[in-house]
Amino acid sequence: MLVYEKNALSEEIELLVEKYGVDRSSLLQILQDVQRKHNHISDFAQQEIARLLSIHPVEVNSVISFYSFLHSQPQGRNSIKLCQTISCDMAGKQKIEDALTRELGISFGETTKDKKYTLEHTNCMGMCDQGPAMLINDKVFTRLDPEKAVNILKEVE
Amino acid sequence: MENNLDNNKKRTGPVLFSKYTRGEGIKKALAMPREDVLFELKSSGLKGRGGAGFPTSTKWMLVAASTASKKFIVCNADEGEPGTFKDRVLLMEYPELVFDGMVIAGYTIGAKTGIVYLRGEYEYLLLQLEEYLMKMRDDNLLGKNILSKEGFDFDISIRLGSGAYVCGEETALIESLEGHRGEPRNRPPYPVNTGYLGFPTVVNNVETLASVPHIMQKGGDWFRLIGTDKSTGSKLLSISGDCEKPGVYEIPWGTTITELLQFVGAQNTKAVQVGGASGICIPKRNFDRHLAYEDIATGGSIIIFNESRDMLHVLQNFMEFFVEESCGQCTPCRIGNTKLLEGVKMIRSGEFTFSYINALKDLGKSMQVASKCGLGQSSPNAFISILENFKDEIFFHNGYGRK
Amino acid sequence: MAKENNPRIPVSQQPFQVQKPEDTTAIGGTISIEVNEKKVSVPFGTTILEACKENQIHVPTLCHHPDLCVAGVCRICVVEVDGMRTLQTACTFPITSPIKIHTSTPMVRKARRHIIDLLLSEHYGECYSCFRNENCELQTLAKEYGVDSYTFGHITTPKFDVDRSSASVVRDMNKCILCKRCVRTCIDLQEVGCLEALDRGHETHVGTFLDKPLAEVICINCGQCINRCPTGALRANDPSDQIWNAIDDPKKHVVIQTAPSPRAAIGEEFGIEPGHSFTGELNSALKRIGFDKVFDTNYTADLTIIEEGTELLNRLKKALVDKDESVKIPQFTSCSPGWIKFIEHFYPEYLDYLSTAKSPQQMFGAITKTFYAQEAKINPADIVTVALMPCSAKKFECNRPEMDSSGFKDVDYGLTTREMAKMIKEAGIFLPEMPKSHFDDPFGDASGAGLIFGATGGVMEAALRTVYELVTGREVPFKNLNITPCRGFEGIKQASVKLENCVDAYKFLEGVEVKFIVAHGTANATKVMEMLKKGELNDVHFVEIMACPGGCLGGGGQPIPTSEEIRTKRAQAIYAEDESLELRKSHENPHVKLLYEKFLTEGPCSEKSHHLLHTHYTKRGKFIS
Ligand SMILES: Cc1cc2nc3c(=O)[nH]c(=O)nc-3n(C[C@H](O)[C@H](O)[C@H](O)COP(=O)(O)O)c2cc1C
Ligand code: SF4
Ligand code: SF4
Ligand code: SF4
Ligand code: SF4
Ligand code: FES
Ligand code: FES
Repeated sequence: MLVYEKNALSEEIELLVEKYGVDRSSLLQILQDVQRKHNHISDFAQQEIARLLSIHPVEVNSVISFYSFLHSQPQGRNSIKLCQTISCDMAGKQKIEDALTRELGISFGETTKDKKYTLEHTNCMGMCDQGPAMLINDKVFTRLDPEKAVNILKEVE
Repeated sequence: MENNLDNNKKRTGPVLFSKYTRGEGIKKALAMPREDVLFELKSSGLKGRGGAGFPTSTKWMLVAASTASKKFIVCNADEGEPGTFKDRVLLMEYPELVFDGMVIAGYTIGAKTGIVYLRGEYEYLLLQLEEYLMKMRDDNLLGKNILSKEGFDFDISIRLGSGAYVCGEETALIESLEGHRGEPRNRPPYPVNTGYLGFPTVVNNVETLASVPHIMQKGGDWFRLIGTDKSTGSKLLSISGDCEKPGVYEIPWGTTITELLQFVGAQNTKAVQVGGASGICIPKRNFDRHLAYEDIATGGSIIIFNESRDMLHVLQNFMEFFVEESCGQCTPCRIGNTKLLEGVKMIRSGEFTFSYINALKDLGKSMQVASKCGLGQSSPNAFISILENFKDEIFFHNGYGRK
Repeated sequence: MAKENNPRIPVSQQPFQVQKPEDTTAIGGTISIEVNEKKVSVPFGTTILEACKENQIHVPTLCHHPDLCVAGVCRICVVEVDGMRTLQTACTFPITSPIKIHTSTPMVRKARRHIIDLLLSEHYGECYSCFRNENCELQTLAKEYGVDSYTFGHITTPKFDVDRSSASVVRDMNKCILCKRCVRTCIDLQEVGCLEALDRGHETHVGTFLDKPLAEVICINCGQCINRCPTGALRANDPSDQIWNAIDDPKKHVVIQTAPSPRAAIGEEFGIEPGHSFTGELNSALKRIGFDKVFDTNYTADLTIIEEGTELLNRLKKALVDKDESVKIPQFTSCSPGWIKFIEHFYPEYLDYLSTAKSPQQMFGAITKTFYAQEAKINPADIVTVALMPCSAKKFECNRPEMDSSGFKDVDYGLTTREMAKMIKEAGIFLPEMPKSHFDDPFGDASGAGLIFGATGGVMEAALRTVYELVTGREVPFKNLNITPCRGFEGIKQASVKLENCVDAYKFLEGVEVKFIVAHGTANATKVMEMLKKGELNDVHFVEIMACPGGCLGGGGQPIPTSEEIRTKRAQAIYAEDESLELRKSHENPHVKLLYEKFLTEGPCSEKSHHLLHTHYTKRGKFIS
């Protein structure tokens, strides 16, 4: 990471800490914001956050590793989370999974080379009556069929 | 690109999906002394809708009685149980019920701060809920001296989860709010004693809170007339799986599974999973049982399986869920669930012995009593009930062992 | 000690504090309960575990440790409480009502056995190749519950690589049972914070920042995590094979120095109650093993006092007489390598406050390979110096690149008490039955002042005995020279002595109230450093800090288990030995005097002594790259 990038990130994190408060209870909100903007929370960012909240870097890392929406490693710009839980599974999640992997040429848990997409599984996201369902970033898509799923992919930037 | 989802509200009822004018419940409550609010709540017999079914009035009373300098009311909108989505519908369509419920709770227990813990998967609701809160502030339903009630200050903030089912467990939720891993706490102390930041805290499910304004408006006695003796009021069910009309239904407590299957249009039903992955699997012969705290208690997740479904596959899906979603801190749940999952896979491959499967069921019973939180205590339910109830299908369908 | 609430750790892991009444005999102060049908009465807020212990009922534990806050994660301590649907963990459950407890019902026994079975199913390791064989809480439990087969299978391939990156601590997570005792030790007790649980569900494991090797993160090598690990997942980096090789090599002259703390604790490795020193027996045993010379680290502890005491007086003079504003006061002790690494990482801007004196271990190495080599006419290249230490951080210290002032690696190997006991056993020796013998000359005698370095407050006490006498010409005004304010296990102790009727050379100190602070455990060190930062230590002159709780006698290389009770007994053994000695002041040590006469002829803090006996520090900082 270049120095000026580091400085910019530090400044950004300082602002977040100011916004949410210098307290451990702000940690998740700060992490969520950094994740949203940078698609991951870098080791540098983790240490900056730890420093500003007076906690240990490994504690930040520990929290990140606990939550499935937070990542230490860079993710694609679009995080595609396909529901794998029972109702969606019965509604045909496997077909969607096959279509997505074929279309993007990556398996679940991987990111495309151009860093545009990351494919992930997620557990029930409250759309069970309209499955199969998936989330792309914070948008939800339901009643998918393979064709529809692939078309939706094309629409995202 | 727009979200495409609908609310699939299939059956309305007298409590949750019924007409309510914003602020009415608050007005009514603020006109009463706190004791009377608690009394009304007590006489309604309202119990927690999040799964555990703890009497709401008792919970509030414990916090109201505390002399702590700060108290919190937390709305549990983590709705992560597989097959539940009714809280989402409430938040989308009836935010006034949920938020008014929180304001009334704040008034009753003496809290100045309410927090909604909204699961990360529902981030798309955030903006509209924030806007709604702004409107409430404009109308003095939040803020200082609410509805000119001198000294009653209360506000609500929304915090997002980040993808962890266990954070729906109330103490894990509090840990998460405090910026920690969502690992459930030791109890005692309970949140009503030592909750968020160490202060007395009420954690209530979205639906529990949404029931409160109606109770305030129409009285506890009215509420008690709906449902059964021990399970008062009505309940939202999230229905998915093999049926014609999946969606959210408001039903009075006491409804049988057979009745339910009828109005959702389910045919050739083999089994119904009540209470999500952590609930139990009800076979056909027990379809006359009632949905009620005294019979089959549920947070509202109903998943229907017809004759074509492979119950072992269903079980495997559930166990995979738990292996991933266990917080991993305690031994019975962290390792126990993987052993159960391994057992399922052994059955699938035909490489099992009955004595080993029985040992696993036995292990499940230990997990039910020795795990630290409700997740590990209930994860063996599916394992035990599915293997018991579908023995023939699972073990003998293809002779010993499956392909 | 660690029991007070620490904002850094989750509330769940903090002890549940029930307001206990002052007077437990008053009404409501005690509660009548039933344990296994027996009526007993316990103070309000006692945990079930404590209540059972009081009544001689054994409840097994794994994640519980008396030094640490509760976790309640292993679930092995479950018991039945009447009226509760689920089993309750004895270690976490505070008794606040008249409950009935059953500690050995079929349900309880079955659950415990299941938990053991589950732990074993994922435990990759073999007891006979494990350093915790016969001293392992998991193994003991398996035995207690009659485990004769692996009910739920047994892992056959390791899941993790063994992390050998650190000079001090080896981590083999294949043996970890996730009790998180190390996590609580590192974050809460030591406030270093390099270990935490990572990932979740079945993937959960204890790891460092981004799972980096331990040597690449901020570990101060204190080894406290090792002492509190119930299994063989954490161990010290053991050099005993190399030491055997050196002993077996006829060309090598192998010299060992022994520190006081291992001597006061090594008996525990041979089944002796804590609280007995085996100094004389150890001397004989080491000779029999094949060490050529056995020396006493207390000798260089005395030397440290002379150097460090002189340095302090010099600083005071510069500050008070020369009005030199660049002089940093208070002076901090520098003999705990864990503390040195701690301050280098966490307070690098305050390194100038540290005394430049090396630790006794390193002084010994430097003197052995110079003065001793010269006196004994041995080529220093042929000398192998071993240090028996209570400490795992000493292993890192002797490998610091700057520790070569003799022209060689000053100390070749740091050996812990546990590793020493293993070597002694391997040699077929039962230590407690050895005859007693003396240390070898030329460093044969040491003072009791050097001895008490082993306990927290010891360095301060030793230094005061010398400094006070140098300045005033009289002995410290404490009965039997026991400077009691320095003693005991309070986290941070403060006291002062007034200097009056000073000798001419130190007239500038007339009437000065020498204030000192003693702290042990790096969590307390943090508090002291924060006080320094805020300028609250402006009137303090000398600060002693030991990285380990209890001081060296609680070091990371000491016998396992550890608890405040055990550490207290070790301290008693050390103080008793001190009082039994004639020679109790460092500056009266005749061999130290001889060294200054024959070798360091320009006296303490001279150029030569600076070269050999002093060092410098590295600003490491906190950033993990
Ligand atoms: C693993 C687990 C997950 C839970 N998830 C939720 C949830 O998503 N929403 C919820 O309201 N309660 C959930 N609960 C129940 C809560 O712990 C708690 O009982 C509830 O929020 C209390 O509110 P109530 O009294 O209004 O039901 C969960 C419990 C467990 C053990
Ligand atoms: S039962 Fe499972 S989820 Fe609950 S505390 Fe234990 S490991 Fe965590
Ligand atoms: S840690 Fe304990 S149980 Fe495991 S191999 Fe070592 S001695 Fe045996
Ligand atoms: S040696 Fe000390 S600093 Fe290093 S991990 Fe262990 S407790 Fe933490
Ligand atoms: S390394 Fe040892 S102390 Fe740490 S969690 Fe594992 S078993 Fe427990
Ligand atoms: S099962 Fe897929 S959204 Fe619930
Ligand atoms: S010792 Fe009580 S839970 Fe581990």
